[in-house]
Amino acid sequence: MVKEMRGAADGSWTEPAAEADRSDPRRAVLDAVEGWVVVFRRKLSAGELGWLPVVLVLATVWIIFQSLNDNFLSPRNLSNLSVDIVGTGLIAVGIVFVLLLGELDLSVGSISGLAAAVFAVLNVNNGMPEWFALVVAVLAGTAAGTVQGYSFAKSRVPAFVITLAGLLTWNGIMLYILGTSGTINLDENGLVAKLTSHYFTNDAAAYGLAAVATALVFLVAHQDRRRRKAVGMPHRSLRGIAVRTAVAAVIAFSTAYVLNSFQGLPLALLIFLVVVAGLDVVLRRTHYGRQVYALGGGVEAARRASLSVTRVQTAVLAVSGTMAAIGGLFLASRITSVSQNSGSGVLLLNAIAAAVIGGTSLFGGRGTTWSAVLGMLVIQSIASGMAITDTPAALQFMITGGVLFAAVMIDALARRSQEAHGRA
Amino acid sequence: MAAPPLLALRGVCKRFGVVEVLKNIELEIHAGQVVALLGDNGAGKSTLVKVISGVAPAERGVIEWEGRTVHIRRPHDARNLGIATVYQDLALCGNLDVVGNVFLGREILRYGFLDEVEMERRTRHLLERLTRSIPDLRGPVVSLSSGQRQTVAIARSLLGEPRVLLLDEPTAALGFEQTTEVLDLVDELRDRGLGVLLISHNMGDVKALADRAAVLRLGRNNGFFDVNTASQEQIISSITGATENVPRRPAHREAGW
Repeated sequence: MVKEMRGAADGSWTEPAAEADRSDPRRAVLDAVEGWVVVFRRKLSAGELGWLPVVLVLATVWIIFQSLNDNFLSPRNLSNLSVDIVGTGLIAVGIVFVLLLGELDLSVGSISGLAAAVFAVLNVNNGMPEWFALVVAVLAGTAAGTVQGYSFAKSRVPAFVITLAGLLTWNGIMLYILGTSGTINLDENGLVAKLTSHYFTNDAAAYGLAAVATALVFLVAHQDRRRRKAVGMPHRSLRGIAVRTAVAAVIAFSTAYVLNSFQGLPLALLIFLVVVAGLDVVLRRTHYGRQVYALGGGVEAARRASLSVTRVQTAVLAVSGTMAAIGGLFLASRITSVSQNSGSGVLLLNAIAAAVIGGTSLFGGRGTTWSAVLGMLVIQSIASGMAITDTPAALQFMITGGVLFAAVMIDALARRSQEAHGRA
Repeated sequence: MAAPPLLALRGVCKRFGVVEVLKNIELEIHAGQVVALLGDNGAGKSTLVKVISGVAPAERGVIEWEGRTVHIRRPHDARNLGIATVYQDLALCGNLDVVGNVFLGREILRYGFLDEVEMERRTRHLLERLTRSIPDLRGPVVSLSSGQRQTVAIARSLLGEPRVLLLDEPTAALGFEQTTEVLDLVDELRDRGLGVLLISHNMGDVKALADRAAVLRLGRNNGFFDVNTASQEQIISSITGATENVPRRPAHREAGW
């Protein structure tokens, strides 16, 4: 009975005995696809669409712009795109943490500008070594986030109000430390400038990363299967793992191929992917991450399960502040300057929009750091496509707004359908 | 001399602002006994559960664990003593899956990371003891039926081998078959020597299951009964206040007219 239910719920899992007689590879792919269809139906009815909507949107955007301009999917443009998403994307990763609590952090734009200003003033104006100024700038973001997080946790005022105060305060501090000097130009060959200008031109770098990523996907799935099998629990079939690994390999190696056709693997993209993957593991595979999700599911339930609510809430906003600071340094690196406009404008909105478009729920408790990557890809693709096809900025805002609106509606519908599912 | 009760409350008081919700509550729970906690709506039953489980600690009074005084200030303290609670609202995180909920706050780690395989194995093991139809362990709890959610909440409470189990209206949301399942389970737990505090509105359940009944009325003790000898009428009249010796309407209110 148990096993039947498990099997029906997720078709790519099989019982230990069932797999010996099916070794034909064509059959294997077919079965795995069938399994996914079953899983997909279940998830659809349970209101978990996952990555499907955002991947569809991304494909649509790419097809439309490619048909308008042949250069859109050129290696040069895609490579630039992959660097352009990093600054705001890192900020969006921090936003994902806050959204998981069901809260909103409005201060990330200001914190990113503040961190960039701290770095520029310490390094350029005061001659502090770059690495030291960099660490201080990031810690400034952590400190700002921690202060906001602690006030939020203790006062129980919604985080968006506290971070709204933060938005003004940190922006004020940034303007104060920049003084009247206005724009500070960074060293073109410095450490921070290199963050977004350095490329690993050797082809081996991108392919090596792709190989490592594919191997990790395989090893993690295989290890999980081995342990489950050892204790006689339902586990993924070998062909399921093979198909999964193959999909990962296709994505990883085609990305590597495109990047190598231009200038190679960008350092910025490497850092971004490592950070996103690392924080994804933190969220989904550690005690701390489980507490973050639990708080998003219900603060009272978490408190009764004797979780330290204050500590987790403080830590989440500290993460968001830290990521905002790191993102701010990448944004400054991209234009090798810091000005009074750093961290202002649509940056905050784009970061939040990216997380939501990528599939992180505004209601808390659902989403992963990868949604920051996918969401940023959509937003930046629209921006880049608009620039290439000479479309006015007004239209860009309207389209991005439409995509965000659609993402929020999907989120709301998913939630409703999940609750309706529960009542049955 | 008889062994001291597993858990005893002596003169426990609790107020929310100016409202005195519990006043001088006395209660004893012995090992291998089911104590029914009865009372009308607002009598303070759920508050008493929260006092014992550390969610809303008592202001005055003494709590004794096997005869020695203990302090329960946080849910953590109660859990460490061996007190497990199934709340009326179940207190589950709807977005987490069954395994995540059962092990919430007590995750098993392996090399510093969550050991999902071991947690799933133990969850399955626990649920197999409780029910015949095990839900999908990896779907979010919000999409389970209310009976399945109740089972998950009970499974979670049994995880740390507790000595005292507090059940706040465990059968209120259940159908006939599931109610029987839960009651059988309570029976089994009693036989294994647990002390159970059972809040219920269902006199049938109480009669069938409980050894003793404690009645609360308006935040005070209003009688203890041996369920096997007391009549249902006695207990009900104690719940409704028909037997209390307080005038229904204070005299001075009428004097003011």
